[in-house]
Amino acid sequence: MNETAYPQFTALQRRARETWAALQDGSKPLIYLGAASCGRAAGALQTLQAVQETLQELNFAANVLQVGCIGPCYLEPLMDVQLPRLPRIAYSKVTPEKAKRILRAALLEGDLSPKLAVGHFGGESFTEQSGIPRFFDLPMLKPQVRVILRNCGLIDPQEIDHYLAHDGYVGFIRALEKGPLGVIEEVKESGLRGRGGAGFPTYRKWEICRAAAGEKKFVICNADEGDPGAFMNRSLLEGDPHAVLEGMLIAGFAIGAQQGFVYVRAEYPLAVARLRHAIQQMRQYGFLGENIFGSGFRFDIEVKEGAGAFVCGEETALIASLEGERGMPRPRPPFPAEKGYRGYPTLINNTETFGILPNILRNGGQWFSKLGSPGNAGTKTFSLVGKARHTGLIEVPLGMTLRQIVFDIGGGTIKPFKAVQTGGPLGGCLSAAHLDTPVDYENMRASGSIMGSGGLIVLDESTCIVDLARYFLTFSESESCGKCTPCRIGTRILVETLEKIARGEGEIEDLDVLYKVADTMQRTALCGGGQTAPNPVLTTLKYFMNEYLTHIQGRYCPAAVCTALFEYRILAEKCSGCGRCIQVCSSGAVRGEKKEPHTIDVELCIKCRACVEACKFDAIVGVPIAARQPQEVTL
Amino acid sequence: MDNSAFIQFIQEDDCDPGNLIPLLQRIQQLEGYISEQSVRQIAQLLKISENHIYGVASFYSQFRFQRPGKHHLKVCLGTACHVQGGVQLAQEVEKQLHIHSGETTPDGAIDYEEVACLGCCAQAAVVEIDGVIYAKMTTDRLIKKLNELRKSQPALTEADDKPLSIPAPA
Repeated sequence: MNETAYPQFTALQRRARETWAALQDGSKPLIYLGAASCGRAAGALQTLQAVQETLQELNFAANVLQVGCIGPCYLEPLMDVQLPRLPRIAYSKVTPEKAKRILRAALLEGDLSPKLAVGHFGGESFTEQSGIPRFFDLPMLKPQVRVILRNCGLIDPQEIDHYLAHDGYVGFIRALEKGPLGVIEEVKESGLRGRGGAGFPTYRKWEICRAAAGEKKFVICNADEGDPGAFMNRSLLEGDPHAVLEGMLIAGFAIGAQQGFVYVRAEYPLAVARLRHAIQQMRQYGFLGENIFGSGFRFDIEVKEGAGAFVCGEETALIASLEGERGMPRPRPPFPAEKGYRGYPTLINNTETFGILPNILRNGGQWFSKLGSPGNAGTKTFSLVGKARHTGLIEVPLGMTLRQIVFDIGGGTIKPFKAVQTGGPLGGCLSAAHLDTPVDYENMRASGSIMGSGGLIVLDESTCIVDLARYFLTFSESESCGKCTPCRIGTRILVETLEKIARGEGEIEDLDVLYKVADTMQRTALCGGGQTAPNPVLTTLKYFMNEYLTHIQGRYCPAAVCTALFEYRILAEKCSGCGRCIQVCSSGAVRGEKKEPHTIDVELCIKCRACVEACKFDAIVGVPIAARQPQEVTL
Repeated sequence: MDNSAFIQFIQEDDCDPGNLIPLLQRIQQLEGYISEQSVRQIAQLLKISENHIYGVASFYSQFRFQRPGKHHLKVCLGTACHVQGGVQLAQEVEKQLHIHSGETTPDGAIDYEEVACLGCCAQAAVVEIDGVIYAKMTTDRLIKKLNELRKSQPALTEADDKPLSIPAPA
């Protein structure tokens, strides 16, 4: 980057680059550990302890970096080793014992254990030389484009110098050079749309907020990632908090705000800690405070922890919560951009929107607009979870098809694919017929679902569609704030009807109830939450009507989930008679001699699934209840 | 905490009713729950009604009105955990501990909560015990963890023998 009019920044950047270069100069081995929440859940901290113990035992000096989530969570815990003058090499599922073995071999003998390695971060030539593939060439990673996640897993999120060494805060300096209107123009050119899910053009919100009269203005980062099954914001905040904070600085400068809040879920303690630490570093370095770098711009950021309410993802509810009230939405207009926090103009954007901004200012709006598809510029992060083989955090250009995401990146499913659920509890469930749908705002909406903030839950034949709809509606019912009747009562009726069907007491007329209530909610609920809450019911009715009919008329749950609608049987041809199921059965329902096919006494069986989990041969299956005569299934 | 301790605890920011939620969060962090006494003290400090404080606090799932157990157990019922068997884990907890979500075992050893999502969806199904998240949980492993917890229960101290505070109105 050229010399700027901000010599103080140039000096900080130079020093940070020197710090990073010193780390990489090859004098000491570098060890990276993926220590985000997902890595920690898989045991990364135990692995870290083993790494430190091994270094002590061997009396070896090495730098150990705790980095954020690099994406393929199914490989965690991930440990990478970078020996002097060699590329960084990643190892997967590194237990403490495995870490000790890999480190001893690498540090004492220079043996890279290529059989245990999953990928390296060097050039093509090293692939031939070592027989290890490039990490970013792995099937899960190759189709991805990393813009938002560019630093996640690569730098230590606790070190502002690492961020600065990777062009951090360059976007903010560009913003200062361009002036507020120039920034809004750049964002307009980028084509960026809100990443919270609604897809409203970001620059429009900014223009409205900038034009609104108010002696004070506020910027709020919505990090209340309430969708169950989604963790994109968590990963970004844990892996690269400065990117989000820099985005808030840019937005604050553009609209003329003096104060920012990050409203983050209290369920994300690590993200809260990383944010607080990063904000402290920003103050030390002069990125926050009065007259930042002599520009005349004054800004400060504060972290506010949410207290656990899904509806606070809705912007007016979020503001009510920040003001110390029950988090209930209010009718709009006025929009928060005109009248928000304590009555002042307030800009609320999603965490990911802020995370994208430094990239747009650094590389230009035009560069961003060329990523993705027309009208849907840029990349989007998704949490790819459920029954996919490769679960984790991914980033793809908008417009990629569901098939590419689920099968190329996600590696497909082990049991036959059934559906993919997008957009969280307010989204929908799409069948195999939709696999070629491009994932963008319009196409997802046209299919009856939404893109939402980025949860993608892959479902296979072991997932019951009726149960899933019941699950989402139960969630929406318990999270409904209760202010408007259509949502409060509507979710209740939907849950009760779905429960009735799952209990095996469903009648064909119940489907009409579902349609009618869903329609009323869509038309009359106060906020987006209530209007879209019926989506899981409507999409499953539309694409999986057969499964509803099998439950109602066939009195059978083919996925063996609704316990009133199946019984377990052991397939004699698959059973090896190993006895594992007998050991785990707490009700004494499984019987049989060793090495002889076992049987289940359906009278004693409580359908706890313990035997299904224990069976290595998939010999235990759900079948229609024999004592019951199924009615004929008709469409 | 008694009134003098409460006065010590209060910071300047706390006197703004707009900061009610952070104040409740700090009290819960210190005491483990929101007691009737705390609600009375806050009401006096902010000159707002106790009902208003309960109204706000009970809206959010984070706040508890009963003394928590020695150990904290959370079963995640996020979507990914739901499809990977989270419900079976929740049922197993109820069977083993004879309590429901939001309750504490009668001996005060373990409190239990079902939560919407812990954000570790790629490691589903997960449970959280005393702040540590465990990945790829099965009922079998959960039973072992629960047995460990029951064994590691610290002896009751004198302070624990005080009667539990009366739960807040639902």
